[in-house]
Amino acid sequence: MTTRTSLAGGERHRFEDLKALLAAASPRRSGDELAGIAAASDARRVAARMALAELPLDAFLNEALIPYEQDEVTRLIIDRHDATAFAPIRHLTVGGLRDRLLAHETDAAFLAALAPGLTPEMVAAVSKLMRNQDLIAVARKCRVVTAFRNTIGLEGRLASRLQPNHPTDDPQGIAAAMLDGLLLGSGDAVIGINPATDNIANGIALTEMLERLRLRHDMPVQGCVLTHVTNAIAMIERGAPVDLVFQSVAGTEGANAGFGVNLALLREAHEAALSLKRGTVGDNVMYFETGQGAALSAEAHHGVDQQTVEARAYAVAREFRPLLVNTVVGFIGPEYLYDGKQIIRAGLEDHFCGKLLGLPMGVDVCHTNHAEADQDDMDTLMTLLGVAGVNFLIAVPGADDIMLNYQSLSFHDILALRGLLGLRPAPEFEAWLERMEMLDPQGRMRALDPGTARLARLVEAG
Amino acid sequence: MAGWDRLRMATRARIGLGRAGDALALRDVLAFQMAHAAARDAVHAALELEALAADLAPLAFVAVHSAAPDRATYLRRPDLGRRLPPEEAAKLPAGEHDIAFILADGLSATAVQRHAPALLRAALARLRPYRVAPLVVARQARVALGDAIGAALGARLCVMLIGERPGLSVADSLGVYVTYAPRPGRADAERNCISNIHGQGGLGYEVAADKLAWLAREALTRQLTGVGLKEEMTPLLPG
Repeated sequence: MTTRTSLAGGERHRFEDLKALLAAASPRRSGDELAGIAAASDARRVAARMALAELPLDAFLNEALIPYEQDEVTRLIIDRHDATAFAPIRHLTVGGLRDRLLAHETDAAFLAALAPGLTPEMVAAVSKLMRNQDLIAVARKCRVVTAFRNTIGLEGRLASRLQPNHPTDDPQGIAAAMLDGLLLGSGDAVIGINPATDNIANGIALTEMLERLRLRHDMPVQGCVLTHVTNAIAMIERGAPVDLVFQSVAGTEGANAGFGVNLALLREAHEAALSLKRGTVGDNVMYFETGQGAALSAEAHHGVDQQTVEARAYAVAREFRPLLVNTVVGFIGPEYLYDGKQIIRAGLEDHFCGKLLGLPMGVDVCHTNHAEADQDDMDTLMTLLGVAGVNFLIAVPGADDIMLNYQSLSFHDILALRGLLGLRPAPEFEAWLERMEMLDPQGRMRALDPGTARLARLVEAG
Repeated sequence: MAGWDRLRMATRARIGLGRAGDALALRDVLAFQMAHAAARDAVHAALELEALAADLAPLAFVAVHSAAPDRATYLRRPDLGRRLPPEEAAKLPAGEHDIAFILADGLSATAVQRHAPALLRAALARLRPYRVAPLVVARQARVALGDAIGAALGARLCVMLIGERPGLSVADSLGVYVTYAPRPGRADAERNCISNIHGQGGLGYEVAADKLAWLAREALTRQLTGVGLKEEMTPLLPG
């Protein structure tokens, strides 16, 4: 480990190793304070950024934050690193990379070619030198397109996950929330249910219900029951119509063990999902969720700051060519992201880091009741993410998830953001909305009563 | 929109809300804000000890405070909310106790204020044969603070009644955590939990007290709590 120092404001600051430097350079964040690794003063924070700006990028290839021998995520990152893709920026410092990313000549094609040459640590490091506007500007240039039964991530499009959760998994209750979301134009990213009862039998029942509803209305959407990968594998073995396989993932081997997964298990799940060949316009079959703080709460962060560990989770995700990845940015609570300011910053960082690493990045713009945040903060973050070109956002009826007890976006918010920024749903889904006579002549969602909408039979399906 | 009324029978979700352009109808915006405000108020409410004393009388209690000095610190530093300062531990009389009851504010003092006295009375009535330690009321407390309190009292079993994280629909839900042989360092998997005790479709006092008494007796007989006790209830609070 190499000690680094920075002379700033007449004071010499010493940073013991690379992870200490990264932690000190991070914006103030309750999770890093809880872990005892945050900069002790604002001046030290900026001094760390000054030192980080001078750091050559190849330092990240020579100095692992978490030892190669101890952690399979580190091994994945190092073994998969593409030296040819890295070549155009190999000579740069972290500060130089920031400028290169922002340069006018850096376009979507350059960034897509660069992605395999970037490690999560490089991306996390450069994000710490970028203001919110920089994170938005660069993410907006990235384009990551994925497909299953529809196409997500195209320019000028914003998809949404329809999350129709119910505290007891009541099929009528879930169907009612689905109808609500579809009538408001949500569901193109996925119709994804977090089951209240997390077992195989219930997972199959919910998967079959989604399949019946999809077939009845010939919807170009994909369904997902967000159960553990081992359950999903068992469901596939028993012949359940599984579209997407879901898993929460984190940035260290230890934190993934806390989720009950490792890379071999994810590979097995990926192959099982691919074997069904259920996609019609693409074969991206995985759905991952992440979120800053997961590794710290599992006591498996190795002293690495929570944003850098989060970026490492994206290395896990990109190994499996997912259809969807989203950070659940405000869910974990104020001990990790204290207030609206911290949540907004983290959401922009996660989106930027995921996109730069080549992921089809979405965000669950959300908060809990014990965080210092409200729907005004959610409005701000969703608007910034819309400008940044986020692939999809999560929405629930009236922004109130009655099963997981937190606040996300509402279906109305998705409509408002599409209207505000001139964004449209995924093309196949938009065509279906048109066929169902749910769009007005301007392409906006009509206000439809379930008594008159053709879709109302959704609920009778049960 | 009459069609929605029937659908609302199937779910408490906020379905069929009105629109103003693309945005939510004002009525629904304000209803959401009211629910959020109630939840926020519950998170930040302080436990009112005098009112609690009046509700608990003639039962007296010892009041202790975690190492988190205030709410803002408590929310940021769950580790401090689990720690009992030595001067606080010194207030607790050690003895031959079977069960220590602790009322803790957790994330909703409102829940404790509203439901803990009645639940405690119902539980005590069912557990008469046992030696019960002096009642403790703990402020800025996380679940694991009960380990330190139970250990200081020398109790065989710790029963903590604690305010759960408020949701939009229910801001005063009480949870109960039962820990055998409490001592600092106990894992969450070593506790049993009864959650969702409240007056809006949640668990009632009598049913909750029955469950609690069953758990307490089984724990003391079998000398364990947690996953080994086969009460498969998921904790709602982080330890």
